[in-house]
Amino acid sequence: MSVDAATVRRIAHLARIAVADDEIAHLQGELNTILQFVEQLAEVNCEGVEPMTSVTPMAMKQRKDEITDGGIVDDVLRNAPSREGNYFLVPKVVE
Amino acid sequence: MSKAAPNRKLLKGATGDWEVVIGLEVHAQVNSEAKLFSGASTAFGAEPNTQVSLVDAAMPGMLPVINEECIRQAVRTGLGLNAKINLRSVFDRKNYFYPDLPQGYQISQYKSPIVGEGEVRLDMPDGETVTVGIERVHLEQDAGKLLHDQHPTMSFVDLNRSGVALMEIVSKPDLRSADEAKAYVAKLRSILRYLGTCDGDMEKGNLRADVNVSVRRPGEPFGTRCEIKNVNSIRFIGQAVEHEARRQIDLIEDGGKIVQETRLFDPAKGETRAMRSKEEAHDYRYFPDPDLLPLEMAPALVADLKAQLPELPDQKKARFMRDYGLAAYDADVLTAEHAAAAYFEDVARGRDPKAAANWVINELAGRLNKEGKDILVSPVSSAQLGAILDLIAAGTISGKIAKDLFEIVWSDGGDPHRIVEQRGMRQVTDLSAIEKVVDEIAAANPDKVEQARANPKLIGWFVGQAMKASGGKANPQTVNDLLKRKLGV
Repeated sequence: MSVDAATVRRIAHLARIAVADDEIAHLQGELNTILQFVEQLAEVNCEGVEPMTSVTPMAMKQRKDEITDGGIVDDVLRNAPSREGNYFLVPKVVE
Repeated sequence: MSKAAPNRKLLKGATGDWEVVIGLEVHAQVNSEAKLFSGASTAFGAEPNTQVSLVDAAMPGMLPVINEECIRQAVRTGLGLNAKINLRSVFDRKNYFYPDLPQGYQISQYKSPIVGEGEVRLDMPDGETVTVGIERVHLEQDAGKLLHDQHPTMSFVDLNRSGVALMEIVSKPDLRSADEAKAYVAKLRSILRYLGTCDGDMEKGNLRADVNVSVRRPGEPFGTRCEIKNVNSIRFIGQAVEHEARRQIDLIEDGGKIVQETRLFDPAKGETRAMRSKEEAHDYRYFPDPDLLPLEMAPALVADLKAQLPELPDQKKARFMRDYGLAAYDADVLTAEHAAAAYFEDVARGRDPKAAANWVINELAGRLNKEGKDILVSPVSSAQLGAILDLIAAGTISGKIAKDLFEIVWSDGGDPHRIVEQRGMRQVTDLSAIEKVVDEIAAANPDKVEQARANPKLIGWFVGQAMKASGGKANPQTVNDLLKRKLGV
């Protein structure tokens, strides 16, 4: 599996990362090196093996339906680049 | 799959008939105190960003922990939809960027949803039964809320809703008309409210639908579909289907092609329009969320929830028809809302069920509708309405006076028995009093007497006059009998 230049541009766009045209070839090479490295896994036959979800056998932790959090509006907004009152402010997006 | 639709559902085009095919994705907010993966409250209407945990705000290092009640609610919903419950399901990340989604992904279920195939039965007003397949139900997070009208160049973000649990209920493309689509959502809403798994409040956006619409010639394969996003009332769902089907038919008949796209319904104009196109087709790059293990449930949990399910609308409707002898339509109306069904049963207990149904459906529901009130806060209680029915059954008041009495109880409250005594509303059955009234009318209208003798049907005029003269308190049957005797007809 390998990626072409168009795929690199697409992935960058989906991740909202600005990539200049002269960076594409370089990134394409890097990504393909990573993919080739990972592709070594294909050599292992895992026919009929369940995907492993945890290294120790354990069940998903669950929580009671109780209100234990919230009311921390200043903490939540502390890193906001811009705020007004108790709202985050972001550049306008309207569909 | 081709399912031949009866002709009446087909839409006429310039070049022949068309069949509309509809499937819905309904998003239902799960009834729970806390969010799906955090301990913040789900309550509606709080100050912005006050019900947000650091998990909901997607601060680095925060880990989601699932709310066990949300799991139970999804299972209850699945059971209520006669669906397969998957004892193992998986949470995935659905990746996209939007300011209402701080994580940059929505935790959802993609390949392995918690609930599999099921079905919902619709009893249409014409007597037809439509079975709608359920494809799946999965759990996912809701996004935050954006306000666009507060500032000229900026949008405001409130994350209170971010992370609240939603159930996405996906139907199969089994619906064939706007009426069926509306009936489906109404039925789904009713089932969810009975189960207590979603309050179904469409005004607050707690139940909303994405509507997939395509058209085809009867018997042909499915056409290309368009998805109308986020329609938030049953009436609008009907309008959106009708408009969209017509748009597609016109486009195809004019030689155009349907492009698969996402559209919006504009209630003010009653039309759908394409959303400003996203240059990129959706590419969500789903993958299993590494923060969450697969969800495994014990069969005993499902069995336990199943044993505790309440009586659902279909069962209640069947029981009302069987035990109370109600017609299908009346039983349907009375069982759509759990509260209305309970009210009716209170009134019907020990009384004539048909009279009770009549009063609840016509007088009470009509009055509640007019004032936009819920039956739970009805000014006339079931005990008061029951007392009014008792007064009619005992012949103490006439049906007409009963309506006046209902109005008095509605506005002023009080015990119907006492009101009847205090206001002298008792029906006059005293023959001599009625006789006197009848004699007076006959004496004043000799011409009418002649006419009535010639044509007994005209006796109705006398009945009306006598009732009027007695202030509605005379017993109409008594008046009728008396007149017939007096006039010799």
